[in-house]
Amino acid sequence: MTPAIQIEQVHKSFGAFEALKGVDLTIEQGEFFALLGPNGAGKSTLINLLAGLIRPTRGTLKVMGHDVVADYQQARRLLGVVPQELVFDPFFNVREMLRFQAGYFGLGRKNDAWVDEVIARLGLTDKAHTNMRRLSGGMKRRALIAQALAHKPPVIVLDEPTAGVDVELRQMMWEFIKHLNRDGHTIILTTHYLEEAEALCSRVAMLKHGKVVALDSTRNLLKRIPGKNLRVRCVAAELPASLAPLVRAREDDAITFALTDAAQIEFVLAELRGAGIKVEDVEMQEVDLEDVFMEIVRL
Amino acid sequence: MIGMWTLFKKEILRFWRVGFQTVAAPVITGLLYLLIFSHALGSRVEVYPGVSYTAFLIPGLIMMSLLQNAFANSSSSLIQSKVMGNIVFLLLTPLSYREFFMAFLLASIIRGLVVGTCVWMVALFFVDLPMAQPLLILAFAVLGGGLLGTLGIIAGIWADKFDQMAAFQNFLIMPLSFLSGVFYSIHSLPPFWQTASHFNPFFYMIDGFRHGFFGQGDIAPEISLTVVGVSFLALSWLTLLLLRSGYKLRG
Repeated sequence: MTPAIQIEQVHKSFGAFEALKGVDLTIEQGEFFALLGPNGAGKSTLINLLAGLIRPTRGTLKVMGHDVVADYQQARRLLGVVPQELVFDPFFNVREMLRFQAGYFGLGRKNDAWVDEVIARLGLTDKAHTNMRRLSGGMKRRALIAQALAHKPPVIVLDEPTAGVDVELRQMMWEFIKHLNRDGHTIILTTHYLEEAEALCSRVAMLKHGKVVALDSTRNLLKRIPGKNLRVRCVAAELPASLAPLVRAREDDAITFALTDAAQIEFVLAELRGAGIKVEDVEMQEVDLEDVFMEIVRL
Repeated sequence: MIGMWTLFKKEILRFWRVGFQTVAAPVITGLLYLLIFSHALGSRVEVYPGVSYTAFLIPGLIMMSLLQNAFANSSSSLIQSKVMGNIVFLLLTPLSYREFFMAFLLASIIRGLVVGTCVWMVALFFVDLPMAQPLLILAFAVLGGGLLGTLGIIAGIWADKFDQMAAFQNFLIMPLSFLSGVFYSIHSLPPFWQTASHFNPFFYMIDGFRHGFFGQGDIAPEISLTVVGVSFLALSWLTLLLLRSGYKLRG
């Protein structure tokens, strides 16, 4: 089966700055895929290249086997992109904008039923005749997602779709996206909410400084860090040097220790007691994608 | 074809929704020019034998309004979309650069024709205007609207900010349209300015258009039609090259 996305040795430079340094990535049809990385890692550059908003310096990108440069029309018909920025056309209402968007893709009135379904599924029915300017931020975000889906693309890219979105919309949106994925749509997601990626995506690629530094199933990535986390709530104080190598994260009133062995629990607590640090609460936690992400990004 | 037609329809609706600003306002401006200049000069100037100054003025004002609004349509749409960021919705589509060009061009011509027709209809209340060669009038109206619509696309692609667009409008479009013979015949100018006027493509559009009404002008209409036609083709070619290269639109 033709991959949904095929990226081979893609380089992209902006003047002297090399944003992507030879990225190779294949995403199969029907996958729910996460593209993660810190700010400036090259995620948006990669998405903009796929969407044809910028052109690669070297390498090839294909959507369902169609080159995004040489066969751009077919590639774009198969791709729906939800941009990161909250942009809208102030002259039209939601339904008009969606119909225009579908029209640009060569779809006529027959597609109106799908446009209305997208409107309903994203909870926009009440706002279908409201001018885009008058929508709240959350509603604008829904309209933005609807616009990317107006031509029913088999491959959907969501670039930080839940940034600044309330819980209700987030849940409604994910239900709809999961439904699309079950129907066979390939979903590619970039997000800073790693728990979303962990819950939804079957495979993850992590980018750092323009390179893919990790590419694996979510399950395998989670297995990379053995053991569990011990989160200790305590009054902020100087930690004994013996505990420093175990510290995974520090907050104002809590410290998270990375443990490879259950026997280390007693060691940590004893060291804290010995240093006169008063422990208020302890909690064992499973390693999550955020831990893996931090580990890989730190390397 | 559906893609191009959709973009064309959207561009038409975009200006029609704000018709007070995009159609009524330029018609009122044209009417004010007509009232002021015909009052100030109407009884003292006769440019062509048997043609009153007011009648002489009207085709020039119609064409000037048509040209400025054809330019405004494509340029304002593009700069607004670029500044607001919603141009991304067009760039993500499979529309070819030719379809993109044609949709913006045709919408600009339509806006120019709508404004020009409204100025003409209002002017009929003031003076009877002959129409010696209607086809010539139509040819110059369409070609002139096309030329300025194309120039608007170039300006819209080039400008990144509203002040750059304002500079394009104030330092190029306005001087060229005001110094094109809208308010006078170039034969009334000193020799240097007569020669300089021949390098202004707006002069050929105004004079050829006016020729269609009165059957007389400063220069043979065939020459004007050739200059306007060649200029339109040259600018269209340049615009298509810019769009194909993705200049300032695709990084």
